[in-house]
Amino acid sequence: MSIYSKLGPEQFAAIGAEFDAIRNTVLADLGERDAKYIRSMIKRQRRLEAGGRIMMMIPPTWPLGVAALSASKILDNMEIGHNVMHAQYDWMGDPAINSRVFEWDSADTSKNWKLTHNVEHHTYTNVLGHDHDVGYGLLRMSDEQKWEPRFLFNAPLTVILHLFFQHFVAVQNLKLENYLVYKTKSGAQLKEEFKPVWKKMRKQLAKDYLLFPVLAGPFAPLVLAGNVAANLARNVWACAVIFNGHFPEAVEQFPESVLENETRGQWYVRQLLGSANFKGGKLMHIMSGNLSFQIEHHLFPDLPAHRYAEIAPQVQAVCRKYGLPYNTGSFARQSLSTWKRIVRLSLPSRRKAAPVTPGAAANDAVAQQLAA
Amino acid sequence: MPYVSSASPLQARLRRVLSSRVVTALAAPHSVDSYLHLIDPTWSVHEVRAEVTAVRRQTADSVTLSLRPNGNWQGFRAGQYVRLTVEIDGVRRTRCYSPANSVHAADGQIELTAKAHAKGFVSKYLRERIQPGMVVSLSQAEGAFALPEQRPQRVLLISGGSGITPVMAMLRTLCDEGHAGRITFLHYCNAARDLIYAEELAQIAGRHGNVELIRVFAEAEPFGELQGLFQRGHLEAAVPDYAEAQTFLCGPPAMMQAVRAVWEAEGIAARLHQEHFTAAAPVVTEAGEGEVRFARSERLAANSGATLLDQAEGAGLKPESGCRMGICHACTCRKLSGRVRDTRTGAVSEDGEQDIQICVSVPVGTVTMDL
Repeated sequence: MSIYSKLGPEQFAAIGAEFDAIRNTVLADLGERDAKYIRSMIKRQRRLEAGGRIMMMIPPTWPLGVAALSASKILDNMEIGHNVMHAQYDWMGDPAINSRVFEWDSADTSKNWKLTHNVEHHTYTNVLGHDHDVGYGLLRMSDEQKWEPRFLFNAPLTVILHLFFQHFVAVQNLKLENYLVYKTKSGAQLKEEFKPVWKKMRKQLAKDYLLFPVLAGPFAPLVLAGNVAANLARNVWACAVIFNGHFPEAVEQFPESVLENETRGQWYVRQLLGSANFKGGKLMHIMSGNLSFQIEHHLFPDLPAHRYAEIAPQVQAVCRKYGLPYNTGSFARQSLSTWKRIVRLSLPSRRKAAPVTPGAAANDAVAQQLAA
Repeated sequence: MPYVSSASPLQARLRRVLSSRVVTALAAPHSVDSYLHLIDPTWSVHEVRAEVTAVRRQTADSVTLSLRPNGNWQGFRAGQYVRLTVEIDGVRRTRCYSPANSVHAADGQIELTAKAHAKGFVSKYLRERIQPGMVVSLSQAEGAFALPEQRPQRVLLISGGSGITPVMAMLRTLCDEGHAGRITFLHYCNAARDLIYAEELAQIAGRHGNVELIRVFAEAEPFGELQGLFQRGHLEAAVPDYAEAQTFLCGPPAMMQAVRAVWEAEGIAARLHQEHFTAAAPVVTEAGEGEVRFARSERLAANSGATLLDQAEGAGLKPESGCRMGICHACTCRKLSGRVRDTRTGAVSEDGEQDIQICVSVPVGTVTMDL
């Protein structure tokens, strides 16, 4: 637990005050610039989508169409959907981009996603047994996670997770492993929970794989194939960005005990140690929904994401001042490091693992808190 | 409704197609509007959007906007209001304004006049920053304050300050209809320079023998038929038959109260129709006790005695709101428990779960809101 265990209460409080100050400065400055930014992104996404779907119906422009629709889906999910549903733009009072009503082009319902993502993942970031994003119930992502034979397939399963990411995320809130592996959830309960998911999933499937192909008449197979490709591209890219944000080797995970009486300062430090950035140009930042600034995003999840690049130097200054690590590197370096972790953890860890079982007891605790 | 929609048959057919299930499914999960917006910002399947076509500044602190609404606008009855939404520094703001134009206006445009108050955030924006070409959002017309379909013969229109707008719409509409009965337009304002529509009023009175214009200024003025604040004497002097007329009233709270008192005292309140243009200042009899709990956002605040809307905003929430005076219902929210007092009536609510208008509700003790 590195530096986290070396800091005293005063230091945590001081760090908390520094991060609060950064946040308050941005909050006080929110205005037309942010509104223009998100609207221009939405405009761009809609144009790419409309253009992409039309180009796909014309054989010579098919590859361009696939590229445009892939970019559109990535923008929709990341720079727009993810960020809008974090309530980054709620202050604008515009119902079209309000976190309470926004829906995205994904199989996942916004309601379920806000639960697993905003509540579980962002509150309990990298706390084993609480943050379901640590492995999605499918993978072993930490030495502290008890090894099971199924984790021998850690690497191929990760590939599958990338390919079908939107559907894995769609059922994430159902905690399938509790039914399939740990037997703590009944089939009836699962069926009930799947109903709203299927309702949304069905709409997305019908749109991409039925309605638009039919609209293309003789070119239906082209459009179908193009839509499969665009969904795949979005899935792989989104999953890769998210994995780079939390699973490079130096990123820390935490035992449940850190949650007890956690102060705001401690929460900030945990977010910082549990996240990693990657470097890139402006396009890279936009296409990753500014999750290339995963650290800034985890410190300030509800600040408009295009602001992260601006405040990153201030965050780095705080890190230098208190000797905190600021994990960043190229996209390739972070990916390589992540895959090393995935492969290494397919085998049992050498040191004795603490008995943290994702699933059963701990998840119930989260469920109780959510219900309360 | 006399208004004829400007939408052509082609537009109507297009609208039917765009709101069909297939098109909705093709656009899902986003709205069809969000794609139409790419072509023209005023296009929408259901929403009323309007382009600002002209901005006139009739007096030192007022602004008159001409708006060309899209085909979704269903028209209004003279006296009704609309909720106008503009975006100021990235934040959407909604306020209520009564169109002042005749319902028979040939160009189909809506005319809104706002008076910029010192603290009026939106009205100041309209006065200083709005420009032709900008696009705003509107609600359909709302409100029960309106000329009845069966036009009354004898009409008395009483207004104060910027409360002139709904009765101006009534006057213009009746004139356009060639109304045969007598119309008295009794208007109160501080000084001649503050009189909005001064020229047009004089012209109307000159052209229509059945229209009598009585301007009352608080300050001494070389012209103006009467002087001072509203008093019964004005009625006796200038509108002796006021008891026989259907009277339509809109103005500042104090003036409206004074007028209402006369009608009530004579037992003719049924003939008085009124629009509450501004809310009376909330009367808080007991200072805030207990606390306000915002359940959904898990926030808690000590009850300050202010309205729930103010307290919610003070706690950092951004509930939907509109008129902030209890007429538009945009802010209606679910109260889970506790009692609230209606600032307009002083009535205390039931204890249980119910929908309330938070802009005119003050908590009486601890209240839990689904916010």
